[in-house]
Amino acid sequence: MSIWLVMLAGGLLTFGMRYSLIFLFGRMRVPGLLQRSLRFVPPAVLSAIVLPDLLLHAGSPNLTFQNERMLAGAIAILAAWRTRNMLVTIAIGMAALLLLRWVG
Amino acid sequence: MSVRRAEFLAGLRDEFPLLVGVFPFGMIYGLLALQAGLSPAAAQGMSSIVFAGSAQFITAQLVHEAAPSLVIILTIGIVNLRHMLYSASLAPHLRELPTKWKVLLSYLLTDEAYAVVVTRYEGGGTRGAAQWYFLGAGLALWTTWQISTAAGILLGASVPADWPLDFALPVTFIAIVVPALRDRPALAASLSAGIVALLVFGLPFKLGLIAAALVGIAVGTLLEKRP
Repeated sequence: MSIWLVMLAGGLLTFGMRYSLIFLFGRMRVPGLLQRSLRFVPPAVLSAIVLPDLLLHAGSPNLTFQNERMLAGAIAILAAWRTRNMLVTIAIGMAALLLLRWVG
Repeated sequence: MSVRRAEFLAGLRDEFPLLVGVFPFGMIYGLLALQAGLSPAAAQGMSSIVFAGSAQFITAQLVHEAAPSLVIILTIGIVNLRHMLYSASLAPHLRELPTKWKVLLSYLLTDEAYAVVVTRYEGGGTRGAAQWYFLGAGLALWTTWQISTAAGILLGASVPADWPLDFALPVTFIAIVVPALRDRPALAASLSAGIVALLVFGLPFKLGLIAAALVGIAVGTLLEKRP
């Protein structure tokens, strides 16, 4: 499937969800359980993407100090936790990776 | 000045502070989408077809990892599920509008537009030309998103090829997630999803991502105290 078809399907799905209850109003309610679970979607999905990206190398774990992405990622997590600023975090994380590569 | 115009301009004005944060976000998206292997046309197209920041970042990353189309679409669905909540929340305020207005405003219903519009509507301002307020806020965000994406794409063309820019995606996700981990259930959702993703990474079709996300969401929901 081409990227355009994927985007079109993803876009229609997104629009469908945005329109769903505006369209259906009065005919159904969002169940409370679903409503409570929605705030966990971003941390769950993003963490499921990030952790393997940082810790795995070609599918197998690399937890040594040779793994620059893991170290730079840890520095970025610290930066995000301390500053709570997106641009500062990205700058520090990228700088950390460049520095680690330059040193190593 | 007509009431419609006044409402439209009020929406624009109230959305403005959020645009300052959205612009660099859109630029980073444009830059990263190119790095992930999308063509400039596809990178720009996604900003108007999908028009949802975090889903676009994740799509770029999954395209980069050559994930199957169905997994990408399913992930977009899970990530954007929260929009149903916004839809439910605004529905009572929009019920009198003609269908074409409902369709247009639904298309513009992003996190940032919702935040501004719901504040206004819950404050009681839905009579008269209130849809114009939503339109002003929504179009302000939409225009900013398209322009900032284009700026990121233009910038991406001038970045040296040996820069490790693919790392900017996980770092961006870290910058989004970590500040949102304010309580134990959120932290548990994040950690459990990350650990499960590591354990089941070998599953075909990147289904491990979906499984890990569902486990994380379930763990967070179970740990949260009932209201």
